[in-house]
Amino acid sequence: MTQQEALFKYTLRLGDNALILSQRLSEWCSNAPFIEEDLALTNFALDMIGRAQVLLRYAGEVEGKEKSEDILAFRRSERQYYNNQIAEQPNGDFACTMVRQLFISAFELYLFTELQKSKDATIAAVAAKTLKEVRYHLAHAEDWIIRLGNGTTESHNRVQQAVNDLWMFTGEQFEMDETDNLLIAEGIAADLHALQPLWSNYIENILSKATIKTPQDAYMQTGSRKGIHTEHLGHLLSDMQYLQRAYPDAIW
Amino acid sequence: METAQSTLPKEEMLLAKFEEKTAAGEAIEPRDWMPEAYRKHLIRQMSQHAHSEVIGMQPEGNWVTRAPSLRARQILLAKIQDEGGHGLYLYSAAETLGITRDEMIQQLHSGKAKYSNIFNYPSLTWADIGAIGWLVDGAAIVNQVSLQRTSYAPYSRAMVRICKEESFHQRQGYEIMATMMKGTAEQREMAQDAMNRWWWPSLMMFGPHDTDSPHSADAFRWKIKRHTNDELRQKFIDKTVQQAELIGLTVPDKDLRWNEAKQGYDYGKIDWEEFNRVINGHGPCNKQRLSHHIRVHNEGAWVREAAEAYKQKQKNN
Repeated sequence: MTQQEALFKYTLRLGDNALILSQRLSEWCSNAPFIEEDLALTNFALDMIGRAQVLLRYAGEVEGKEKSEDILAFRRSERQYYNNQIAEQPNGDFACTMVRQLFISAFELYLFTELQKSKDATIAAVAAKTLKEVRYHLAHAEDWIIRLGNGTTESHNRVQQAVNDLWMFTGEQFEMDETDNLLIAEGIAADLHALQPLWSNYIENILSKATIKTPQDAYMQTGSRKGIHTEHLGHLLSDMQYLQRAYPDAIW
Repeated sequence: METAQSTLPKEEMLLAKFEEKTAAGEAIEPRDWMPEAYRKHLIRQMSQHAHSEVIGMQPEGNWVTRAPSLRARQILLAKIQDEGGHGLYLYSAAETLGITRDEMIQQLHSGKAKYSNIFNYPSLTWADIGAIGWLVDGAAIVNQVSLQRTSYAPYSRAMVRICKEESFHQRQGYEIMATMMKGTAEQREMAQDAMNRWWWPSLMMFGPHDTDSPHSADAFRWKIKRHTNDELRQKFIDKTVQQAELIGLTVPDKDLRWNEAKQGYDYGKIDWEEFNRVINGHGPCNKQRLSHHIRVHNEGAWVREAAEAYKQKQKNN
């Protein structure tokens, strides 16, 4: 693997995480428990589309095959996406969406804090901008988890259920492969193994404030570094890619 | 306690003063005295307006996950977010009249409160997103620009703010249509089809002809309303026909003709039977839109209850 190939794949991974989660969050449009929350969730989706746009455009430049951000976003097949599987998990109920956000945003807080120092100027710039957004996403998710965990029996149970269900997707966020190792050596990527204990402490603290038990199950799903996903991704993509695939010659 | 007899002259005096104020074009603030009929009229109109913004998120939300480019998705999401924000702003403005958002939502669910009839039509293709922005928001702007000078100040202030954003939406909708008309044969066909389906319902958005408009008399006297339905409709047609022609879209009205004498277009007969049918519940999406809103509201109940329970616990601690 060359450094260029590694950077392409790494940037795709960062871009896909934003792209796929933004798609999920935008499904909340006109579906949230009240209108303020509808606006908040679509606002997060908007932040992430912006992030995906910049990163996929950069990935296209790095690859050097004249692929635009839209071609990369809309014309790849299931096995060519590198987002963590947690991002593609269905919204479920509001508790499930908030738990997913907590797990991802907490990871992103540490990731982008590190990536601000990246020797790759584009990645460092994206990280600095993203960090501001992520802090807000995280504060929002955190508030809700604490509120719901301490709210009613029903809300508490729903959060606990969501934490139990999504737990097995959290480990993959910290997996590293050849791509990471090569770019860490160049000072471009972040050492994900080093972030894991920070993340675990953070999450345990929030869950305990929410009177929610942290699962002890060590089994973790894996696969996305090789483009292997859950069945949900294919359906998400067929929705997202529909017009680009049905009218390949059209410009929108 | 004052008796009914003794309050009567006072009421009459207040009413006379109110009529004088509105006749002079002065604004009414929430703390000012107002007749019950004025308050009721505004609650009806403003809650309907708020509900329209919120229900309107559904046909547009229908295409959010299928928007054909990242930019298109960004623009559409931001637009829908604006609409939700307008809804929120209008609910708050209506609350100054002594009704809660919960009550307004209950009235929407019971059928007592309405929303704009236009959203009972389906958004079938991506071109419909263009048509909604261009025609539906375009029609709404004409109405809202007129409402910027409405007599109830919180409503008027809401309109000033809302109009700024709506004109963006209209341009973005028009851009979608223009891009598609420059595109492939299939895209042009899609755009014309959307035009054909949305044109007449857009004209109906201004409401019945003035002679058949049920709430007009008081609304004019109190300066809630400043232009007639037909005046506003004419204004919309005159600006929109030229925009259609510019990008090669055909307005689906064989009677449409420029009238030199009135310096405006003559247009064909609006199908008021369809309008009444849809308003009375028999449109393509009436059932779908309302049951969606009810379902989402009910599904979210546990979240709202949990937030309330948490707030109470915090208070008690």
